[in-house]
Amino acid sequence: MKEAVAGTLESGDIMIKIGPGEGLDIELQSSVAAQFGRQIKAVITETLEGLGIKDAHVEAVDKGALDCTIRARVTAAAVRATGKDVWKD
Amino acid sequence: MRNTKLVTLEEAIRRSGLKDGMTISFHHHFRGGDKVVNMVVDKLAQMGFKDLKLAASSLSDVHAPLIGHIMNGVITGISTSGLRGTLADAISHGLMKEPVVFRSHGGRGSAIANGELKIDVAFLGASSSDELGNACGYSRSENAKSICGSLGYALPDARYAAHVVVITDDLVPYPNMPMSIHAADVESVVVVDSVGDSSKIAAGAIRDSKNPRDILLAKQAAKVIINSGLFVDGFSIQTGTGGASLAAVKYIREEMVNRGIKASFALGGITAHMVKLHEEGLIGKLIDVQSFDKVAAESIKNDPSHQEVSAVEYASGQHLGSATHALDIVILSALEVDTHFNVNVLVGSDGIIRGAIGGHQDTAADSALSIIVCPLLRGRIPCVVPKVTTLITPGSSVDVVVTEYGIAVNPARPEIKERLLSAGLNVVDINALADKASSIIGKPDPLPFGDKVVGIVMNRDGSVLDKIMNIQA
Repeated sequence: MKEAVAGTLESGDIMIKIGPGEGLDIELQSSVAAQFGRQIKAVITETLEGLGIKDAHVEAVDKGALDCTIRARVTAAAVRATGKDVWKD
Repeated sequence: MRNTKLVTLEEAIRRSGLKDGMTISFHHHFRGGDKVVNMVVDKLAQMGFKDLKLAASSLSDVHAPLIGHIMNGVITGISTSGLRGTLADAISHGLMKEPVVFRSHGGRGSAIANGELKIDVAFLGASSSDELGNACGYSRSENAKSICGSLGYALPDARYAAHVVVITDDLVPYPNMPMSIHAADVESVVVVDSVGDSSKIAAGAIRDSKNPRDILLAKQAAKVIINSGLFVDGFSIQTGTGGASLAAVKYIREEMVNRGIKASFALGGITAHMVKLHEEGLIGKLIDVQSFDKVAAESIKNDPSHQEVSAVEYASGQHLGSATHALDIVILSALEVDTHFNVNVLVGSDGIIRGAIGGHQDTAADSALSIIVCPLLRGRIPCVVPKVTTLITPGSSVDVVVTEYGIAVNPARPEIKERLLSAGLNVVDINALADKASSIIGKPDPLPFGDKVVGIVMNRDGSVLDKIMNIQA
């Protein structure tokens, strides 16, 4: 795994940076952390586990993204980091 | 000596008899460009005053230096319509010992008039004044430096404060007529380099939206008005300053032209949009407590049918003569609306104060039809919720909520619901809107509020509506 980024810092988006790590370690900065931090981390974790990734260091900067956006950005960052294209066929 | 009113700020303060523990007041007509509050409070701190109560008509980002004056004990109490920026953030986290008292514009006017809010010394910025204190929010002289238009929120202070200091950056020959603040109410006149930055009067809430969602909301709001049964010749209207509510004016205008309908008056914070309709002959009179932009400020200076009113005449619930009582339709925005139609415009969904009551309570209560326009979600923040974070305007005075997912009508207004349904509008249950929001974003965790009261929300009748607790995140 190499370091890779997906997403932007626009309102309603989330920027996900994925790199090598031991276990899943998520650092989250969010404008809605108090109310949604737990849910956002859960969506990131589920998405990565769904892609078979169990070890990664994730930095997420959230600007109020919805779950669908979070899943899309995490998936894109994971594909870039691992080189394994989950969208093929 | 002929004139003894013209003095330095320090002399004016000394002369006022101000003592520790007393109440000083300010208006917010210069909005983000205001220099008066910081200038005066800096001077008071320098002169050694402590424990002063600051009664502002509102406060904004530009007043962040007050944080220092709260920490050093110069300011120990605040009452205002709203708070924004770092000052709001610090207060939300528990900066002050004494909670901030929030009043609507009409509520503040009433409280000053009936003596509940007693002002010892009012420091009132003005764009022009003569040496006796006849003052305005604009200037007719060639040296005019600043313009704010209406001084409506300053007028109760000018009339009822025990001592009034006018602060101006344009001293004009006597008599400065027509005047807003009358010399008879003024004890001292102070001339300074600048009272405010006119280019920032329109900063903050006002923006012309190109956001497609705002435009959709605006079109829906216009349809509600057009089909409400109140859209008849001679109607009256007020709009808030949200992007959608300003954009709605455009669509209402089209329909006024199509049907040959004219409005008798527009009320409130007056914007360039309203001035345009007035100049086209579509709105008879403008009743202006606050000029939101330079176009409105110039208009109030030049147009006799554009009338300045005080906060009391605008929206007091205790004066039957106030203009809100004659108001048919108001479009307002919201941070949150709940399933009981209660509205919050003051405290963000993160628990941090980030707004102002303004005329929200007053116009919603007195108008024949109050329409709240807000998106269902702002990012991940829901705007239609089971319960508002802070209660500002009770649901009993809210009639219609317009979102991009449908229009909810207060069950107390079945006739409005019927009219909107027969016009083919997408009328939905308010609970369905809250459910829709929660299906998209999930269930938010509760906010980490502490046990310290940082704000008290007053209703316009002087009763307590809600408390704001400190936020711990």
